[in-house]
Amino acid sequence: MAAIDPIHQFAIHKIVELPPVMGFDLSITNSVLWMAIAAVVFAGLFALSARGAVVPGRGQVVGEMLYGLVEGLTSSMIGREGVKFLPFVFTLFGFILTMNILGLLNVPGMPHPFTPTSQIAVTGTFALLTIGLVLVVGFARNGLGFFKLFVPSGVPWPLLLLLVPIEFISFLVRPLTLALRLFGNMLGGHVVLAIFASFVASLGAFAFTAGGPAYLALIPSVLSFSMVTALTALEFVVAFLQAFVFAALTCVYLNDVVNLGHGH
Amino acid sequence: MEVQAAKYIGAGLAMLGMIGAGIGLGIMFGNYLSAAIRNPSAAAGERPMLFLGMALTEALGIFALVIAFIILFV
Repeated sequence: MAAIDPIHQFAIHKIVELPPVMGFDLSITNSVLWMAIAAVVFAGLFALSARGAVVPGRGQVVGEMLYGLVEGLTSSMIGREGVKFLPFVFTLFGFILTMNILGLLNVPGMPHPFTPTSQIAVTGTFALLTIGLVLVVGFARNGLGFFKLFVPSGVPWPLLLLLVPIEFISFLVRPLTLALRLFGNMLGGHVVLAIFASFVASLGAFAFTAGGPAYLALIPSVLSFSMVTALTALEFVVAFLQAFVFAALTCVYLNDVVNLGHGH
Repeated sequence: MEVQAAKYIGAGLAMLGMIGAGIGLGIMFGNYLSAAIRNPSAAAGERPMLFLGMALTEALGIFALVIAFIILFV
């Protein structure tokens, strides 16, 4: 009963069927639709903050807070050169944040939202983009000296033979952990919410269909409902936190290659 | 043993990985709290690091959850 239900919500189905282009199926799926909605909402935030009033209105305060957060992140982690990467990190942060939060806004009457970041394809693409940027920046700035990243300074050479493969493998694992962290958090959050919500419905149905002492089943039903409320609040925090952590780790990886060999 | 039963047992065993994540989170927040009570004015400056550490530690527990889901549903 509860085995099939929590996973069904992540199924991708096509909304607008489009003919395949060069072997790629470009139909509009629910994932594409909700990514487009998130992009429009996030771009709308720019429009809200664009007025630039000296005494900011509410939308402008939110926009400026987000920008201040990401700007503090890049300047503290990367240093003065961090400003060059601010557009990328801010776009990444805002897009992931919008997608995460929109997936939680389940209003009765409106269509059930879909969280694109609960698909490994989407988070994997973000992780590959980030690591691709790190590699390009690393090789462009340092040339072949990029490989000094795996050789920490001041280590005696016998330990180096053990340390360099470990550093290399941990670098290769970075895109994997970036993708899996965001994916796992979003997937786990929605699955747990679906499971507790199914408890509410099934316990309530049991209480009302089988009379008499089965009315006691309403107590765990109400408890499950309060659990759903508490978990939804937690999921909003997790949505913001995961977007922040993705952006922060991007800044950390960029700092590794931008300030290779010398601190900032 | 049926395949479905083995899947349930496997998923349950995979979730034992969350023990480490729970202990790690407790250590992180405990250290932050004891340091924050000693030096309250410096606590606010380190809060971003606290959240970063929390998310990184939590991620390892989430990896165990992903493995459990793979065992259960794939």
